[in-house]
Amino acid sequence: MSSTWMTTRAWLLMLPLLVVMVAVIGWPLVDTVRLSFTDAKLVGTAGNFVGFDNYTNMLSSSNFSRTLVTTTLFAVISVAAEMVIGVLAALLLNQQFHGRAILRALMILPWALPTVVNATLWRLIYNPEYGALNAALTQLHLIDAYRSWLGEPGTALAALIVADCWKNFPLVALIALAALQAVPRDITAASLVDGAGPFNRFRFVILPYLAGPLMVALVLRTIEAFKVFDIIWVMTRGGPANTTRTLSILVYQEAFSFQRAGSGASLALIVTLLVTVLAVAYAALVRKTAGSAA
Amino acid sequence: MERKSLAFTVFIYACALLLAAIILAPIAWLFIMSISPAADLAAKPLRWWPQAADFSRYQQLLSTAENSAGAAFTSSLRNSLEIAGMATLAALALAIPAGWAVSRTPAIGWSLSMVIATYMLPPVALAVPLYMGLSHLGLLNNVFGLALVYLTILAPFTTWLMKSGFDSIPREIEAAAMIDGAGLFQTLRIITLPLAAPVMATSALFAVLLAWDEFFYALLFTSDQRAKTLTVAIADLAGGRVSDYGLIATAGVLAALPPVLIGLVMQRALISGLTSGGVKG
Repeated sequence: MSSTWMTTRAWLLMLPLLVVMVAVIGWPLVDTVRLSFTDAKLVGTAGNFVGFDNYTNMLSSSNFSRTLVTTTLFAVISVAAEMVIGVLAALLLNQQFHGRAILRALMILPWALPTVVNATLWRLIYNPEYGALNAALTQLHLIDAYRSWLGEPGTALAALIVADCWKNFPLVALIALAALQAVPRDITAASLVDGAGPFNRFRFVILPYLAGPLMVALVLRTIEAFKVFDIIWVMTRGGPANTTRTLSILVYQEAFSFQRAGSGASLALIVTLLVTVLAVAYAALVRKTAGSAA
Repeated sequence: MERKSLAFTVFIYACALLLAAIILAPIAWLFIMSISPAADLAAKPLRWWPQAADFSRYQQLLSTAENSAGAAFTSSLRNSLEIAGMATLAALALAIPAGWAVSRTPAIGWSLSMVIATYMLPPVALAVPLYMGLSHLGLLNNVFGLALVYLTILAPFTTWLMKSGFDSIPREIEAAAMIDGAGLFQTLRIITLPLAAPVMATSALFAVLLAWDEFFYALLFTSDQRAKTLTVAIADLAGGRVSDYGLIATAGVLAALPPVLIGLVMQRALISGLTSGGVKG
């Protein structure tokens, strides 16, 4: 069979997917770019061309810089915590003990719990009047009076990060565990014979096997954390006093609450650009790590 | 073999118990809240264990009596099922031919890479035109409209899974069938698709999970019982003035049940999927 026909046939089989992707992703993305140069409202007027006004207004607003800081804090702290706790959990699950299979199955639960249910659950736990956290800390005499964990600017972001970590560290743990199980037993045995202590063994024998898969998990989790919307919307809607407002929440408010489609679109594209830069930088890092680990 | 001291063994079991407690405590508490009488949940000091298990909220939410909390919940449950089902079927219909084509013709692989790269796009980058487009087509607050939008998430992911699935089916089997005189579509129907059935099932389950979990588009594009999904209904409950926290917890348990069951059943496929994705990069 000729290879031209093979290629044509392959394109024909791809065609339905490509048509749908252009309709639901390609066209909307192009239209977002067009809108970002107009002062269009969400409903009604098509808007006039305003050049880069939306971009300059957005980038110079204090809302944007504050929100960027909040988003970065959320992404960096929650992803870092997830990676550390995830790897520790994987090292534990890689040991021999009774009940290991059950514990590993339990790790699926937070991952499978819908994000909105997770957010709702933690919202109930943090409830200022009847929440389990207040009750537990009071009964243990760690706090004197009930607190509004999600209502105080000092604790809201931290409370969100805990809820996000709880849902996502098991995924990192399962990825790390799969990688750990690929470490050949004779290598760890040899390092023992050579007298490597537990720390050196982890650093020089085991970590190289973990590096590749962990980098991939790191990339995916960071991109997700940077785009975060659901958990924050359900738990705090960006409050109190906008201390938990992330970029996606800000776009939502701009485009849908205030119906400023044009400036919302410009902000959405700034976020897209930031995520793309992150992803490209990471991809390069992954290639480097994977190369050096192999 | 590593010699294990008693202290080390005790340490391992202590850590295992701690990990199990961290995972289980919040989930157990969600369930306990759902069966605790409202008075127990409002008691100070909080009653951690209900005096009598009360399953009436489950009955309340699953009843379809008009204008009750149950009516809103069951309609959102039905919408979630319909939307997840339609979007999954449509995604597979697109993903199976495309995944096979890319697997057998690497020359066009870059087109799939482009489709997968859209994963990076934050949904907010598409939301405004999608809103205007759906509104123009009369598909706002409509299960078909939302299912169509969900293809932005489901189709790239299922195509990628199907492609890896077809990669693991040797081309030689197909070539042998063709030499025996089978046409392309006959070969696919008799040989390839049956072999790919487990991957199709895995892809379908993943797609259902993604659709079931989706919140952002559902929040934007639906407004009442005709199309609101379960995630939006729960967020409404959590953010509204419901005084019975047990009712919110019950809705959470019911919404979590299908994906948790799917997750436990799929354990093996899930872990091998994670590994291949993680190792291949």
